[in-house]
Amino acid sequence: MIVRIGLSSCGIAAGGLPVWEAIAEEIGQQGLDWALRQTGCIGMCHSEPLLDAIHPDGSINTYGNVTPARAREIIAAEASGLALDEYRIATDQEPNECMAGQVRVALRNCGSINPESIDDYINAGGYKALRQVLTSMSPPQVIEEMKISGLRGRGGAGFPTWFKWNATRQEPGDIKYLICNADEGDPGAFMDRSLLEGDPHGVLEGMIIAAYATGCTTGIIYARAEYPLAIKRLEQALEQARQQGMLGTGIMGSGLSFDITIKQGAGAFVCGEETALIASLEGERGMPRLKPPFPSQKGYWDKPSNINNVETFANVPWIIVNGGAAFAAMGTEDSKGTKVFALAGRIKRGGLVEVPMGMSLREIIYGPGGGIKQDKQFKAVQLGGPSGGCIPESLLDTPVDYQSIKNTGAIMGSGGMIVMDETTCMVDLARYFLNFTQDESCGKCVPCRIGTKRMLEIMERICAGQGQPGDIEMLETLGGQIADGSLCGLGNSAPNPVLTTIKYFRSEYEAHINDKKCPAKQCKSLITYHIDADKCKGCTLCAKKCPVNCISGEAKQVHVIDQSRCTKCGTCLEVCPSKWAAVIVE
Amino acid sequence: MSCCDQNGAEDAAVGIGTAAQMNDLQDIINKYNGVEGSLISVLQNVQRIYGYLPRPALEQVAERLGIKKAKIYGVATFYAQFRFTPVGKHLILLCQGTACHVNGADKIETALCDELRVEMGETTDDRLFTLNEAACLGCCSLAPVMMIDGQAYGPLTPDKARQVIRDIYKRERQSQPEEVGA
Ligand SMILES: Cc1cc2nc3c(=O)[nH]c(=O)nc-3n(C[C@H](O)[C@H](O)[C@H](O)COP(=O)(O)O)c2cc1C
Ligand code: FES
Repeated sequence: MIVRIGLSSCGIAAGGLPVWEAIAEEIGQQGLDWALRQTGCIGMCHSEPLLDAIHPDGSINTYGNVTPARAREIIAAEASGLALDEYRIATDQEPNECMAGQVRVALRNCGSINPESIDDYINAGGYKALRQVLTSMSPPQVIEEMKISGLRGRGGAGFPTWFKWNATRQEPGDIKYLICNADEGDPGAFMDRSLLEGDPHGVLEGMIIAAYATGCTTGIIYARAEYPLAIKRLEQALEQARQQGMLGTGIMGSGLSFDITIKQGAGAFVCGEETALIASLEGERGMPRLKPPFPSQKGYWDKPSNINNVETFANVPWIIVNGGAAFAAMGTEDSKGTKVFALAGRIKRGGLVEVPMGMSLREIIYGPGGGIKQDKQFKAVQLGGPSGGCIPESLLDTPVDYQSIKNTGAIMGSGGMIVMDETTCMVDLARYFLNFTQDESCGKCVPCRIGTKRMLEIMERICAGQGQPGDIEMLETLGGQIADGSLCGLGNSAPNPVLTTIKYFRSEYEAHINDKKCPAKQCKSLITYHIDADKCKGCTLCAKKCPVNCISGEAKQVHVIDQSRCTKCGTCLEVCPSKWAAVIVE
Repeated sequence: MSCCDQNGAEDAAVGIGTAAQMNDLQDIINKYNGVEGSLISVLQNVQRIYGYLPRPALEQVAERLGIKKAKIYGVATFYAQFRFTPVGKHLILLCQGTACHVNGADKIETALCDELRVEMGETTDDRLFTLNEAACLGCCSLAPVMMIDGQAYGPLTPDKARQVIRDIYKRERQSQPEEVGA
């Protein structure tokens, strides 16, 4: 029997390590002849920590929300040949709703293999693609296979991968660089983190194949410093790959020589943009520059450089082994294959899902995603992060492919999907994103540097209840100018969250500006908290918990909020027992 | 930002940290001497050694690696990771990512600021905690999330966040008598 624990960042944050220790102790004490293994994130982050009991016949019981105490119960039950139904969330025969409908290409090994073991990766079919490429395919054949697959870059822009590889290959010169973009700057997206933590060799193998196809001699992974575990596992994987001859000179006995180093980012969103990333690699401020020349012509140290995203690389070994046509058979005409999405926000089952492109937003959110938290009303889904846009309920049946998403005004982006319900204020959300991009603008282009600041001031004014007639039109005008007048994608897309929310939720803007009301009751300047005298039972909870002590009232007497001192933190609303619901927000 | 100036005098008085820190600094400078484009890696290492970027250390880097001070300052201020003031013993990173934002990160911020009696970005008077924000900690499905000394906590409520702080204070107080005795 093998006991497997999910120990990605999410598993660890949810308390995976104490569970691991409890099980190790239990196995030792009971003298069980069981193996304890770790694995990456399978995507069901909402149920972490996860425990798999893998029986000798191959059957698996998956348990969710495991605590050390529950783990001991589970071990005791499994030791006597039983499953503990109370905590079991899936079996290998009956995958739960979260896994149903998923097709795992990039995530093929995440949540099943031990990411710290190259042997596990090899046993799962790893490095087979590399061997195949090195022994039986020429670089143009590899590029041709990528072309057949139709794989488009997963980092945001969706550029055909084969085309970039070919461009780099065609450039003259002996020194070429292969760069993996692991900067994952979209706040709210975690596909790349999970891939790097759960299957680092999958990304490395994709990179080595790309190096062979493009003729790159040196590889660099540019990883965010906020992902310490991903970096640690990558370092381990690099060391293992070198020892086994998958990196270095004469890879797998072929003529290919290639090695990879890791460079840590230093926290700047714009450094996810490829030319800014290159500047950052060179030790400079991360300022984008004009294209062309494209990185494939003049990149790192002015040499031809091929940049791809983590998930793009992770797809490559699968495409080689299964053939480009198998990949192209999934998805839609313009968006082939599968895509990993990070579901977060007001969604029941937050986590990672990989589905064929062309599935509708509704199918993803209400299928694997499980719908809205507390069964509240869906309001919008945000795709593409700070560069993207909000899609309203009326467009929930939009298929998720590059073009259809673009037609809504949003972008596919890297795969972050933030779900919003009736409690999210769309004006505040647009302000939030604009605040982010304004802060992250590198300052090079005036429209981006100053224009986003002016837009932000208007947004802040609207949220503060000081919106004026004409503000919406001014936002639209400024937004258009910033998009046109900026050099890189950051400025080009910074107005998107504002423009799409104006497009689909104009009435919310108008309520803020004309009626000085926030329909979602989020903007503090536009709401007040009251205690309903008919409902208040005088339990004193709110008065006790109020951080500024502005609620008065004796026990069993109606309580009153002093409006002049209320900071609108919402604590009273939270602590008022739901059976009374005496706190009213207006 | 004029943080460098504020700390200059203080640091000069104490030298650039302990002997071990000075040694580490020399090692880093030697390691990257002549390696083109390594300024960010050097700064990351300096910050690892000191917990922040002390001005005298940056001056050493400038002199020994032959990089203009203005350039070092320019690069260091561009990236969110770099700090010019020391941090408290425990660094709290409160996530301000989208998932955390729509799940009420602002309420956690209010609670933490109130509990610690600091504003975002500040350090407590007893130098135990520094409260900073982070763009996204990658644990979005556990939103709202904060990370203290590399350990993530989530999903948080204002009360849970306060409790985490109180627990750390409690541990600190328990360990203090021993430190005094030793
Ligand atoms: C402001 C901005 C931020 C970006 N951030 C990222 C990122 O975090 N990760 C990423 O892979 N690509 C990011 N990109 C896209 C990259 O510029 C580039 O297109 C991508 O790395 C190419 O890889 P792909 O073809 O495999 O997608 C960003 C682009 C812009 C304009
Ligand atoms: S948005 Fe907070 S962890 Fe990602």
